[in-house]
Amino acid sequence: TSLARVKMPEAPPIERARSYVEVNSGLTPEQAINEASRCIDCANPTCISGCPVEINIPKFVKNIERGEFLEAAKVLKETNALPAVCGRVCPQEKQCEASCFYQLKLNTEPVAIGYLERFAADFEQQSGKISIPEVAPSNGIKVAVIGSGPAGLAFAGDMAKLGYDVVILEALHEIGGVLKYGIPEFRLPNSIVDVEIESLRKMGVKFETNFIVGKTATIDDLREEGFKGFFVGSGAGLPRFMNIPGENLVGVLSSNEYLTRINLMGASSQGMDTPVVRGKKVAVIGGGNTAMDSVRTALRLGAEKVSIIYRRSLEEMPARVEEVKHAQEEGVEFLTLNNPVEYIGDDKGKVKQIRVQRMELGEPDSSGRRSPVAVDGSEYIIDADTVVVSVGVSPNPILPQSLPQLKVSRWGTIEVDPDTLQSSIPDIFAGGDIVRGGATVILAMGDGRKAAASMHQYLTNQTKK
Amino acid sequence: MNKVISKHYYSENVVSLEIEAPRIAKARRAGHFVMVRVGNTGERIPLTISTANVERGTITLVVQKVGVSSRKITELEVGDEVTDLVGPLGQATHVENFGTILACGGGVGVAPLLPIVEELKKAGNKVISVIAARSKDLIILEDQIRQHSDEVIVMTDDGSYGKKGLITEGMEEVINREKIDQAVIIGPGIMMKFAALTTKKHNIPSIASLNTIMVDGTGMCGACRVTVGGKTRFVCVDGPEFDAHEVDFDEMLMRLSGYREDEIKADEQYLCVSKNKGKA
Ligand SMILES: Cc1cc2nc3c(=O)[nH]c(=O)nc-3n(C[C@H](O)[C@H](O)[C@H](O)COP(=O)(O)OP(=O)(O)OC[C@H]3O[C@@H](n4cnc5c(N)ncnc54)[C@H](O)[C@@H]3O)c2cc1C
Ligand SMILES: Cc1cc2nc3c(=O)[nH]c(=O)nc-3n(C[C@H](O)[C@H](O)[C@H](O)COP(=O)(O)OP(=O)(O)OC[C@H]3O[C@@H](n4cnc5c(N)ncnc54)[C@H](O)[C@@H]3O)c2cc1C
Ligand code: SF4
Ligand code: SF4
Ligand code: FES
Repeated sequence: TSLARVKMPEAPPIERARSYVEVNSGLTPEQAINEASRCIDCANPTCISGCPVEINIPKFVKNIERGEFLEAAKVLKETNALPAVCGRVCPQEKQCEASCFYQLKLNTEPVAIGYLERFAADFEQQSGKISIPEVAPSNGIKVAVIGSGPAGLAFAGDMAKLGYDVVILEALHEIGGVLKYGIPEFRLPNSIVDVEIESLRKMGVKFETNFIVGKTATIDDLREEGFKGFFVGSGAGLPRFMNIPGENLVGVLSSNEYLTRINLMGASSQGMDTPVVRGKKVAVIGGGNTAMDSVRTALRLGAEKVSIIYRRSLEEMPARVEEVKHAQEEGVEFLTLNNPVEYIGDDKGKVKQIRVQRMELGEPDSSGRRSPVAVDGSEYIIDADTVVVSVGVSPNPILPQSLPQLKVSRWGTIEVDPDTLQSSIPDIFAGGDIVRGGATVILAMGDGRKAAASMHQYLTNQTKK
Repeated sequence: MNKVISKHYYSENVVSLEIEAPRIAKARRAGHFVMVRVGNTGERIPLTISTANVERGTITLVVQKVGVSSRKITELEVGDEVTDLVGPLGQATHVENFGTILACGGGVGVAPLLPIVEELKKAGNKVISVIAARSKDLIILEDQIRQHSDEVIVMTDDGSYGKKGLITEGMEEVINREKIDQAVIIGPGIMMKFAALTTKKHNIPSIASLNTIMVDGTGMCGACRVTVGGKTRFVCVDGPEFDAHEVDFDEMLMRLSGYREDEIKADEQYLCVSKNKGKA
């Protein structure tokens, strides 16, 4: 236990900031075994309760320590359909690692649970010996999943295991939701996501892309086609803007547009038809993961100067700690306690400057964070030829709009029973960002699993009747 | 999945394609559009559903070659598959018996105008259509528009067909002789801007169908945003039709030009590659 926490091997900042190589290169087997030996296999493993899907953490970690890497991966998959993804993108410092004995009781660095999870999952992917979970014999009951993000994928995995005939319907032409169109390659390679999707395919899950439920067909149409249950995991895909002057100038775009052009449409690669703006001076507004991904993407597209403009301070930033650290190493400027109030354009309507206002922290708001207050007379101007607005997203309204009877909240999220995730329409369950309004991959997956369990219950009762 | 069933050339640059898409054919209403992607390097572009045939399970798109993506679509042959096709998208046209309709279509805008004219006629309206283009060979779908209109005026900029002059001149002629209850305007941004000014002058309620740049077409990116009545709206989910007198056309035109340099470069590169392929 005197061992220090392992350091993740990383591509050097100067190299990686200009390429799409994955920033974290992954632990070596020796590093993983050493790190795993730090875990003291607590009698009461508090780490597990910090994980939204309650992975048996000491069990998988001890398998790594023994060199049983494939066994470790199997333990992960008992409760988590996408371990290679979660090991990379979970905010571990707020979840499992925050509840590790080391952190809680000794106030020292926790076991690197996320790194180890990634190690075991990657080892399994590379070994080619991917264990496909056992699937019960088909019960012939058709269920539909709306949206192929982590919520939908996790739901599909569990329902397939129970023997259901699962079809995932996805609006875009790629499977994966935010994992594909949002999170960039340098943090989560698409190939990693594809392997996990392939596993689901092998379990019998069917995928249909270019299918917008509520437009291409309605829930009623699908009921007529024999679907008995629906899980809505349609995410929070709508970008918010700030409604300040100049926001519709050319060169001001949402992070969704920016990241979609690059991650989904491949705009940064040679030979792709979709274009993307390549600014020299890029400002990104916001402090979440999406803002970090956008600003680091701008660097990789060749920007000379990139800045984050965020209205609170570094401490309040919602982004994962690791992403902020990586962004700082790569040379991103952080204008914290600053807020844009106007974008100024040239005679062609293209943005050239931002009027920014300084902020200070006042009383805590409803989120418990100290709320930013504008400092009078503090406005100044900075140059920017591209502005990426990354101030949050709203629930995707397409499906709720097509179902007038469906109960939604004031914010457009679908209202569900917190225990069963059943909506106001009995055969429709929902989870992930469409219910939470913007959360995390692992919370979305936890919802998917919970909804699968309760839909199974519901459908079993239905057939008994 | 989405096979091209038939193809027809209106001119060298304007092609109509009938594509297999049974679900979309069934669900679509006048005013809806689809997003189309051709090839694995292709971009997603919006195209209006011109007509649909529920029995055959097909939709018809009319496409004008203006750049790489529209070119790739016009190059599809019968039997080819469209890589990705999704829809129907947008809000359907609001159809009722208004009285007398002035339907204005510029260039390839006549294609999206056709289903609207058809529906308005069916709803009992008197429909007067003014269709316009730069020259004779760019006038499309004239016969189909005639089928569903009480009267059709054709205008060309160069006078090579119909009457010589801009679309607004044809519109004025009709407005000066009878009472118009509702106008529908579809065409290039600049044409819609001036057509809207014309109907505004005469206080005629008007809708315009906007053709902003789009990426996903489902409300996810905001690329299509436009100011209507001082508020930002997303054309793909809130539109594509809006009150023509409330649209900030200058902003829309400015935003349409946002990627012009990339578009020209992409088109040149594509043409260059396909020419070389031809030689080999
Ligand atoms: C750039 C970015 C970075 C992020 N980084 C992290 C991170 O590091 N760690 C983390 O934990 N979380 C991160 N998040 C948040 C996380 O990605 C989301 O919380 C999570 O993806 C939500 O999953 P979901 O399944 O609810 O929805 P989504 O992943 O949003 O998927 C929803 C899917 O449904 C489809 N859809 C919508 N409507 C329909 C319809 N009517 N019919 C058919 N399909 C439909 C959409 O096209 C989409 O593919 C990030 C988010 C973004 C945008
Ligand atoms: C709702 C909607 C419905 C449409 N319906 C039709 C239709 O039925 N038939 C048809 O031929 N076209 C239609 N369009 C226009 C069509 O989408 C564009 O012509 C196409 O996207 C151009 O792509 P490109 O790569 O070929 O040209 P590019 O090389 O990308 O662009 C060439 C020029 O076309 C303009 N342009 C670029 N993108 C668009 C765009 N999305 N919309 C309009 N102009 C654009 C720009 O001024 C640009 O400089 C519609 C557009 C919208 C938004
Ligand atoms: S899934 Fe996320 S929270 Fe759970 S153990 Fe893995 S990294 Fe920690
Ligand atoms: S709390 Fe930390 S040390 Fe204890 S079992 Fe969990 S990971 Fe191991
Ligand atoms: S095209 Fe992306 S929001 Fe309209």
